[in-house]
Amino acid sequence: MSLVSIRDVRKSYGTVEVLKGVSLEVAKGDVVAIIGRSGSGKSTLLRCINGLETYQFGAILADGIEVGGIHANMRELRRHVGMVFQQFNLFPHLTAAENVMLAPTVVNKTPKKEARAIAAEVLAKVGLSEKMDAYPSQLSGGQQQRVAIARSLAMRPKVLLCDEITSALDPELVNEVLRVVEQLAKEGMTLILVTHEMRFARDVGTNLVFMHHGKVHETGKPKDVFAAPQTPELQQFVGGNG
Amino acid sequence: MTYKLEFSALLPYWEDLAAGLWFTIVLTVLSTVVGIAVGTLGASARTFGPKWLAGLVRVYVELIRNTPFIVQLFFIFFGLPALGLKLSETTAAFLAMVINLGAYSTEIIRAGIEAVPKGHIEAGVSLAMSRLEVLRHIVLRQAFAKIYPALSSQIIIVMLGSAVVSQISAPDLTYAANFIQSRNFRAFEVYLVVALIYLVLAIVLRYVLRVIGDRFVKVG
Repeated sequence: MSLVSIRDVRKSYGTVEVLKGVSLEVAKGDVVAIIGRSGSGKSTLLRCINGLETYQFGAILADGIEVGGIHANMRELRRHVGMVFQQFNLFPHLTAAENVMLAPTVVNKTPKKEARAIAAEVLAKVGLSEKMDAYPSQLSGGQQQRVAIARSLAMRPKVLLCDEITSALDPELVNEVLRVVEQLAKEGMTLILVTHEMRFARDVGTNLVFMHHGKVHETGKPKDVFAAPQTPELQQFVGGNG
Repeated sequence: MTYKLEFSALLPYWEDLAAGLWFTIVLTVLSTVVGIAVGTLGASARTFGPKWLAGLVRVYVELIRNTPFIVQLFFIFFGLPALGLKLSETTAAFLAMVINLGAYSTEIIRAGIEAVPKGHIEAGVSLAMSRLEVLRHIVLRQAFAKIYPALSSQIIIVMLGSAVVSQISAPDLTYAANFIQSRNFRAFEVYLVVALIYLVLAIVLRYVLRVIGDRFVKVG
């Protein structure tokens, strides 16, 4: 059974239809890389999965809960679906450890001491044990993004959504973040990534999804798709991205 | 110039001055605490509340910010009894100051809330926090840090503005001054001394607010 099931989802902003019937199945342990031009609807699709955006038609089931359904417990859903953003979105008034501890203490009512242990564990996982008590303003972009990943991991999500998480980083900081994500993939974390890192999509992804004009235009195993893109649009896109 | 300064004429009234000063301090502290609580609720309702509530808050804010404080005070003290609501001078003064600071701080805090990046709210929501939890732990904490200087200034203004409550015979510092000069006819000395007391009070309040700010309202 799929962990995330997207069925014929359509979404419009006013008269502009940005998702024109998207279907996608994500199984446990999959690493799905969504690529495509800006405006192709890939970020919107990702944001629909945890209910940050609403959709008008179709259905999305995440961990068995219908996203945005009338009786959906979105809080319960979001406990299992983590998200990392392009702009990090760390809370500037809290230290790295406090950023990580906030949701466990507030949402799960985990005692402070236990939450700090969780923070220590997940920050070690992203290689930032030394920075527990640093404020976001004292960290580099790459370090901030790794804290953001740790913050999501602290809730023990079943699937992690990554929305262009390296796009706001200086080129030399991209790799430290990608290495963390690659490690998560190796450990079996289910990942859905919107990304412009083609090499990463090919090497780490288990599935590749090429979105074009609000639809899944082409999909398959990354190595196959990159080696022999079937549609002219993907050929052009991959060619253009070198 | 034949006027001879006679500050000793105030001495017999020092207890009245002290009582008035104490009243002003207590009134300012209480109405600041409650007024900012009102402002926090108001700002939260305006930014996150349902449309009808946001509209209601807006009317309240505009009504208070566009009418004189003394008229608000008179309305509460002299006007409301017509509706059967009779308040003591002290209660009316307290209520007027809370309502006044509540409106101004609603606007100030709202500006702070709107300066918090949308992404931080989305991050909180994505971490399974409820809207109320996001507001409390993420939005308001940042908002207060951003607007603390503006809010501090407003608190000083409210403290100085509290002199107006003497007009409904609330026994504050200015009321004491009015009383003393009506007895000893030493208006110059009395108001000079009282002006200096307000000045010192404002400086001390500013300092206290800064200490509170450094201690509790910080962004890393």
